[in-house]
Amino acid sequence: MKRSLLFALPVVLFAVLAGFFVWGLRDERNPSFVPSTMIDEPIPEFDFPGDPLLGDSGFGDEDLRQGRVVVINFFASWCVPCRAEHPFLSELVEQYGVVLWGVNHRDKPENAKAFLDELGDPYERIGVDDGRGIVSWGVYGLPETFVIDGAGRIRFHHRGPLFKKTMERDLLPVVQALQDQ
Amino acid sequence: MRRLLILFLLAGGLMSAPAAWAVEPGEILDDPVLEARARSLSAEIRCLVCQNQSIDDSDAELARELRLLIRERMVAGDSDDEIKAYLVSRYGEFVLFRPPVNLATAVLWFGPVVLLILGALAAVFYLKAQRIPEDGIAGALSEEERRRFDALLEETEEAQTSAQDEGRGEDPRS
Amino acid sequence: MIAELGHFALTLALVVAVVQGIVPLLGAWRGRPNWMAVAEPAALLQLALVAGAFGALTIAYVTSDFTVANVVRNSHSAKPMLYKVAGVWGNHEGSMLLWVLILAIYGSAVALFGGNLPPTLKARVLSVQAWIAVGFLSFSLFTSNPFERVFPAPLDGRDLNPLLQDPGLAIHPPMLYLGYVGFSMAFSFAVAALIEGRVDAAWARWVRPWTLVAWCFLGAGIALGSWWAYYELGWGGWWFWDPVENVSFMPWLSGTALLHSAIVVERRGALKAWTILLAIVTFSLSLIGTFIVRSGLLTSVHAFATDPERGLFILALLTITIGGSLLLYAWRAPTLKGGGLFAPVSREGGLMLNNLLLSVACGTVFIGTMSPLFLEAFGHKISVGVPYYNITFVPIIGPLVAVMAVGPFLAWKRADLAGVLSRLKFVGLVSFLAGLGVYLLAGGGGVLAAVALTLALWLFLGTLLEWSDRVKLLRARPAESWRRIKGLPRAAHGMTLAHLGLAVAIAGMVGAAFWKQESIALLRPGESLTLGGYEFLLEGVSEARGPNYMAQRGRFRVTRDGELVALLSPEKRVYPVQNMPTTEAAILSTPLRDLYTVIGDPDGTGAYTVRIYIEPLVPWLWFGAGLMVLGGLVSLSDRRLRVGAPARRPVASRKVARA
Repeated sequence: MKRSLLFALPVVLFAVLAGFFVWGLRDERNPSFVPSTMIDEPIPEFDFPGDPLLGDSGFGDEDLRQGRVVVINFFASWCVPCRAEHPFLSELVEQYGVVLWGVNHRDKPENAKAFLDELGDPYERIGVDDGRGIVSWGVYGLPETFVIDGAGRIRFHHRGPLFKKTMERDLLPVVQALQDQ
Repeated sequence: MRRLLILFLLAGGLMSAPAAWAVEPGEILDDPVLEARARSLSAEIRCLVCQNQSIDDSDAELARELRLLIRERMVAGDSDDEIKAYLVSRYGEFVLFRPPVNLATAVLWFGPVVLLILGALAAVFYLKAQRIPEDGIAGALSEEERRRFDALLEETEEAQTSAQDEGRGEDPRS
Repeated sequence: MIAELGHFALTLALVVAVVQGIVPLLGAWRGRPNWMAVAEPAALLQLALVAGAFGALTIAYVTSDFTVANVVRNSHSAKPMLYKVAGVWGNHEGSMLLWVLILAIYGSAVALFGGNLPPTLKARVLSVQAWIAVGFLSFSLFTSNPFERVFPAPLDGRDLNPLLQDPGLAIHPPMLYLGYVGFSMAFSFAVAALIEGRVDAAWARWVRPWTLVAWCFLGAGIALGSWWAYYELGWGGWWFWDPVENVSFMPWLSGTALLHSAIVVERRGALKAWTILLAIVTFSLSLIGTFIVRSGLLTSVHAFATDPERGLFILALLTITIGGSLLLYAWRAPTLKGGGLFAPVSREGGLMLNNLLLSVACGTVFIGTMSPLFLEAFGHKISVGVPYYNITFVPIIGPLVAVMAVGPFLAWKRADLAGVLSRLKFVGLVSFLAGLGVYLLAGGGGVLAAVALTLALWLFLGTLLEWSDRVKLLRARPAESWRRIKGLPRAAHGMTLAHLGLAVAIAGMVGAAFWKQESIALLRPGESLTLGGYEFLLEGVSEARGPNYMAQRGRFRVTRDGELVALLSPEKRVYPVQNMPTTEAAILSTPLRDLYTVIGDPDGTGAYTVRIYIEPLVPWLWFGAGLMVLGGLVSLSDRRLRVGAPARRPVASRKVARA
């Protein structure tokens, strides 16, 4: 009897494995996706200087501890998904009155300016990052968007373009909850 | 479809080409010991925008930034563990190619040893379950005789096979 | 028109496969020879139809028929002909068609050359093969049809990924599939045996050639892929423990265990249940590999276009095939009668240990590959890479290599270990001294390199000693030795070659891992750098053109002590259609090392990034792998395998053995 159980072990193990495979094929799952470790962490020390072509409106970590709820968006003119999400960023600012600051990552200011001229400029401030800045923010791709509370704490971190659903379901409630405080 | 879109878009920003250039001459540190340390640490750090490459192997911009960051921190005196801890704080444990040893990864790290032990136990039980008579098997031929016997057996089989070959059609069991 | 014909042929093949799966199986069950006889012509017809479909797709590629969607996605009119053909299987749909073609080829081979198989076994084997074909033909027809049309036809295609436009990589998938699909034969034999309820020496002997063929091809395919990575990716790496590499390696490990386990079943009738399980597991690993590569489950550099719908279909196939066979195993394996008894220290014992170590090694790779998925389900996202496998996999191979040298010396049933070890005293001493020498003299690697090289030498010399013992080399007259060499069964020569090959390959791995020298620098034309006793002078960089690419070509003049060694011309290419750059390293292979040169981007001031590597012993890696495959092929040519198991005749009529 015991021997027979042993022979059944392979098929049992396979059943468990198949279960994991089924789980792994779920539609919402993205195997390359890296979850964020930055939520509830304080913002890093940083300084993104401004550029004359982009409004000369750089900012540093001190500016995010002034009591305002700010949405930070990392973008670049060469980033295709950034083009796709841009209308929603504009909507965020125009319809919901959100404060939006942009970080232009590894880009030529004139290209960034052309990008904003074409698609609209929702950013209250724009800082320029030559490349290193993203690491301290835990950013690895573009676009990525953060919500920072008035005390300089990261309360929301989204990787990838911010489409309508994510905006309405995930980002806005966080902003509104923080603003109510 | 939506999922595909997201997958593409997420990687779209800093897509890397598979052909790797890895470390550029301008990145190499002057101190060869430190540089060697940087190289071996880089080999353990995952390039997050690539498909399963380390930052030492990849030519993506992010990989380059991380390589430079590692070197800067080493020159500033950070230990390997401190640098790894920093990267994990920014990107999570996913960034390490050597997974941490904790309760969650217990199966990963101890699985092979457990397999070995279980397998060895199974083998031992199997051998013990055979009841071998005390006086040995097959009238105790010596080692040398045993090998000659085996060799003869093989030669006999070979001869038999040749015989079968030539006498094809005689095999009563077809 | 041709594409439609191909599609039609494929559909017909599915129908034939269904018939082939049902009728002979029923025939074997009911004992009806006519029904069982359907298997052979069905298998041949299936081959003809699938070959027709494959031919149709190939014609579409060769004529650059851009009304076929598959051709548009993967081909281009300017592509060289070799890669137009290779493009047929360089994509998901086409490669599935190749899979099915090879399945049909193997089935036909059993139909044509399985003359000495008992009819019931043959019928069952061919039926099981047909069911596998049904699964994959359905998959192809319903989710991955290569013959889809596109209107309006574009002017030109999107070209094949430039990385795949390479001779080594063109042949790599067919080799791999010949391996993966070849193990379906062992699987079919195992399932048929379970249905019959009988596993005996004859069965083991019939299974062996099919397993050997698959093992050789898979080994060759893996070695080719690894070699390609080495010369193409630009920095001398040859194995990355990438999930898709792992899923090709696991069936090879398990297949090696199967080969050796089958020997015990054949000779002594023992380890039957374990061997059957290995046969099922090896093919299951092939299937799981197919699943992982095409479903998007894990991130990998190799993954085909990912699609969860296809993934679910393959998963269903997997569940039926693997789950079904393992259920059958759970039900029937306990009834298999045990075989000969043996002492722990014996040839059987050694082979059992070999089984154990190879299975644990395979299991380790499995755990490493799947753990990210397992842990993700519980909320942890981790990566498992090279460091993990260095710590867990490599230590298992060490003891395995050590045992491999001893194993062939052991007698069946009961062996005198002390005697054997004393026979190997001298070999052990030489190996140890060599290792000590390496530790003291060679830079880099320290204890690890020394131990690994000691083991490799131990295996090499031990294997040679065993062979020379059998042919009485230097202990009898040369004519006598020569007679013995000719008289030894080919399988023995094959084993010797294969084990030697592994030893040589391990030495190559040690060189690559521990003694590589590297120099990365900016050079202007006319400047040189020195590495490992060689001087590399960059004579110049010029522009070059290929049929579908443009390149920067560097020219290196390599000298040693002033003597010219070689002129090497590495390139950096850009393929405009896909806008993808590739490196083409220039490599000089000498018996002892590789000289590896790479040209990179200019820095704007007239200097170029160059990378030079000296890779000691690395050519031995590929040579050793080649020896292993050669050993397998030599074993395959053993006449005993072709003629089949000797019939059991009554003692009186047995022919007298000729001495």
